[in-house]
Amino acid sequence: MSKKTIPIVKKIMSANDQIAEENQELLDSKNILTINVMASPGSGKTSLILRTIENLSNQFNIAVIEGDTAPVTLDSDKISNLNIPVIQINTGGECHLDALMVRSGLEKLDLSGIDLLIIENVGNLICPAAFRLGEHFSIVVASIPEGDDKPYKYPNIYRGIQSLVLNKTDLLPYVDFNIEYFKNGIEALNPGAAFFPLSCKTGDGFARWTDWLKIRIQEMK
Amino acid sequence: MHELAVTESLLNTACDYAIKNNAQRVISLNIVIGDLSSIIGDSVQFYWDIISENTICENSTLVFNKLPAKFICQSCGVEFEINGELLPCPSCGGMNLRTIQGDEFLLESIEIEKGLNKNE
Repeated sequence: MSKKTIPIVKKIMSANDQIAEENQELLDSKNILTINVMASPGSGKTSLILRTIENLSNQFNIAVIEGDTAPVTLDSDKISNLNIPVIQINTGGECHLDALMVRSGLEKLDLSGIDLLIIENVGNLICPAAFRLGEHFSIVVASIPEGDDKPYKYPNIYRGIQSLVLNKTDLLPYVDFNIEYFKNGIEALNPGAAFFPLSCKTGDGFARWTDWLKIRIQEMK
Repeated sequence: MHELAVTESLLNTACDYAIKNNAQRVISLNIVIGDLSSIIGDSVQFYWDIISENTICENSTLVFNKLPAKFICQSCGVEFEINGELLPCPSCGGMNLRTIQGDEFLLESIEIEKGLNKNE
């Protein structure tokens, strides 16, 4: 018997990352901008997606992959009511989507002619962040009632994002929330991340978000 | 809760390398976890004990090397660690920061027990 140390130095998530890369290659080949929308439950992911579809579906072909922990079709029904192709992925209790689940979703979607694919991740901030899916941009939706100190208290869950949507700005008169303080925390953790304070309810600030998204879609062409 | 999927990935990688290197069993795994990686070592350990049963990794020890989150202040160049809470630069108070350490989640090495090899 002999003992031996085998050096490895391998990212433990590399199996998922590899499939995510293949997903992205497929989406690149079809010029489909893909965004991964993450948030805690109740921040307004579905509201953001619905309003984005209402604003952009006359200019672009949009499809949605819906991640849910249970076979509840409330969210996907709202989207298919807008005549948008939607695939629901039921994670069977898992707290996140992974690249393999998204691959199976991509196989079920007719991708021809699609300009924008929105992936709505499971409502949870901690777990989805560890799993790349093949997206071009990962977006976190935060909201005013959650408090402006969250990037400081939970730096690990506000990491690795390219865009942050701060929803429910219509509640600012009723809640102590310092937008600059919040934004500085996000910027420190994600230098250069795009920041969009808006209200999905009133539409205030929404045009800045859709203008940014339009430019990203056009850059894919 | 995502640690189950993560631990499965860890097990697959460790078993692959162990088998390729003709291991009889795996004694220990050296794992690097950054503070910003959202992976909880205790949770990985919990799943490990269950899913490594009846594999070459059964009864192996997980050794966690935890790396603190480290930032560099882009205004004054000072490097500093944080423990949990994100804080401004301790030197100039600035918030123009960049992460330089803390996202890691790596299998660095494994220690294996080899059988007697006729060629050795």
